Amino acid sequence: MHFGGVAIDALRAAVGVPAAAYALAAIGLNIHYGYTGLLNFGQVAFMTVGAYGAATTVYHGGPLWLGFLVGAGLAVLLGLIMGLPTLRLRADYLAIVTIAMAEILRLVNRSHTIEPLTQGVRGINGFAGAFYRVNPIHSGIYGWGSFSFSSRNLWVISVGWAMVALSCALVFVLVRAPWGRVLRSIREDEDAARSLGKNVFGYKLQSLVLGGVIGAMAGMLIAVDQQSVSPDTYIAVLTFFAYVVLIMGGPARVLGPVLGSVIFWFIIQGSDGLLREAIRVRYVTFIGTTDVGAVRFALVGLLLMLLMIFRPQGILGRREELLVDER
Amino acid sequence: MKRHRLIALALVAWLALGPALSAWAQSGGESIGGVLRNQDGRPVAGVTLSVKQHGATIASGTTGPDGSWQIPVPGPGLYAVTIDTSTLPKGVRLTDPSRKTLSDVTVQPGQSKIVLFPLGKSTSHRPSRISSLINLTIDGLKLGSVVALASVGLSLIFGVTGLVNFAHGELVTFGAVVAFFFSTSAAGPRWGLVVAALAAVIVGGLFGGGLELGLWRPLRRRRAGNVSLIVVAIGLSLLVRHLILLILKGAPRQYREFTIQHPWRLGGVSVLPKDAFIIVASLVVLVLVGVLLQRTRLGTAMRAVADDKDLAESSGIDVDRVILATWIGGAGLAALGGVFYGITQSIVWDMGFTLLLTMFAAVILGGLGSAYGAMAGGLVIGIASEVSTYWLPVEFKEVVSLTVLIVVLLFRPQGILGVRERLG
Repeated sequence: MHFGGVAIDALRAAVGVPAAAYALAAIGLNIHYGYTGLLNFGQVAFMTVGAYGAATTVYHGGPLWLGFLVGAGLAVLLGLIMGLPTLRLRADYLAIVTIAMAEILRLVNRSHTIEPLTQGVRGINGFAGAFYRVNPIHSGIYGWGSFSFSSRNLWVISVGWAMVALSCALVFVLVRAPWGRVLRSIREDEDAARSLGKNVFGYKLQSLVLGGVIGAMAGMLIAVDQQSVSPDTYIAVLTFFAYVVLIMGGPARVLGPVLGSVIFWFIIQGSDGLLREAIRVRYVTFIGTTDVGAVRFALVGLLLMLLMIFRPQGILGRREELLVDER
Repeated sequence: MKRHRLIALALVAWLALGPALSAWAQSGGESIGGVLRNQDGRPVAGVTLSVKQHGATIASGTTGPDGSWQIPVPGPGLYAVTIDTSTLPKGVRLTDPSRKTLSDVTVQPGQSKIVLFPLGKSTSHRPSRISSLINLTIDGLKLGSVVALASVGLSLIFGVTGLVNFAHGELVTFGAVVAFFFSTSAAGPRWGLVVAALAAVIVGGLFGGGLELGLWRPLRRRRAGNVSLIVVAIGLSLLVRHLILLILKGAPRQYREFTIQHPWRLGGVSVLPKDAFIIVASLVVLVLVGVLLQRTRLGTAMRAVADDKDLAESSGIDVDRVILATWIGGAGLAALGGVFYGITQSIVWDMGFTLLLTMFAAVILGGLGSAYGAMAGGLVIGIASEVSTYWLPVEFKEVVSLTVLIVVLLFRPQGILGVRERLG
């Protein structure tokens, strides 16, 4: 077994684009779930509209920067559509509508009917050329041995983590501002916040939209890195990747999602690699390499359950700051 | 800690069962086949069919006295199937002569792909507007009764425990898969589908009861909040769904029986006997559930707990027992819905998850927590989404459910039969 190779792959994933993208998605989710107590089960819907907003704009002749704006605008719209009917109701209703919306968006993007707009199941490829043309890093390979990245890779990774840093800074400022204190008071006791004259519904809607826009940025980052969007990239499970990232790192902590994402991708890539190796050398025979994806998703589900049951505050969080116990 | 041991035990069981279970799901030996029947439903024997891949004929076969044909193919892939129309008996021809060759037959690993060549007098006229609407309504009734069966448990479990069970779709898939094991799998006992369906209801109910005893009750004892329970439920849904994928693999499967049937026709309206059976059987079961809820002590207790848990408990009802019974009953009904859904569609690892959105729309339309609401909501959503395909592309069927969901939440969030106080 090549443990060295597996470990280096896992390390590369832990600092790579997926880790940055899921850190972003989880930062958005942290605003929803960690600070406001909103149960958004459709973060992937925001990622989808971000990615598709950018890609379709470029496909239909617009510049890439406009595409990013369109993606963010669509995320705002989506937040309003999901929030307006549900945010006055129990937490469950938002969860139901968001998970349904995420799946519907995937089906609509796949559909034959709007193929002229989204290219259906084929998706849109090679739309982010403009992003790579402004790459300031000289071409070459940077790194040590197998732990190295091409200049193209390094450019996406740097931009990704810069976005993560900016979002963290934004969250840091916001949650210490009066706005963030209102969010936390809504999470702790909605009625108390309302009795102090706060427009709880409005704050929740703002939280949903802001976290959604950050989620859309995660989707754009993934799309730019892959240079393509296709409907089946954005499946419902991705939302729960972000949940595991958030809960592992620690909800309601600024750096929780970042730490969680690094650890999560190390674990996921590492276990994938180990399993592939085990199948290759025939330690494991009852599943094939095509099943590794299913094992990954099952593992994410198990992690989510175990974390939520035994350590809902994750690594950095404080249990008393969470919505985990009946009060 | 007892619970730690329980979880460890469950994991060990899965790991040990994994190889055994995946052995039965893999049948190998891909083939393409079907049954040829003429317009009167009589089998057509002695017709030659051939299979091509990359333009070269690789195999051919002839229909037997019962009209059935099966041609083994070398492996999964894309094939073209051609029917030799010169070997058809006199007076029988393809309903659609342009579909003499079906060029995009995809065979999944281990699949016995079924291909149909509709025969008859050439009937090129399209069904009338009325009859296609009636046909769609029947389809809707079929989908609706499956959704209603599956959603009763979802709604009742919410009613008695306050948990929105995001893993309810997996209970549906579980039922379909268990019935597949008992009826069709080579490693199973190959019972008739009716017996297998009963077994699936029992095993599915036990699964639900096991979840309540092993997971939900301990969590309630720890006073876990609503939000964390929902997150656990979605984690459970992911885990179970992908374990099923590991065992069943990705390809859609069919039950051994009732795959090909000749429809009953009345004018332009046609209905498959199995669909008629499913609709009638579901309605009977739903009425039965209604009677049980209305007339028996346990049913009354269930409704009491759903109405007001504390009041029920203080009037001497054993709430834990009622909740356990609800889980068993709800999961059993979901399993039955899964078997019916598997008969009308096919058995796929994510069938329940796809149905979950429709189920949510149904229970919210009917009123979260109300069993009768779920039944009514299921039927309405089923019919609405099927009939919508008369005007809208089929791909937007689920969009109709979501639209209903959002409109209901905007204007009458408690649903048709729900209680306003539950909204929070």
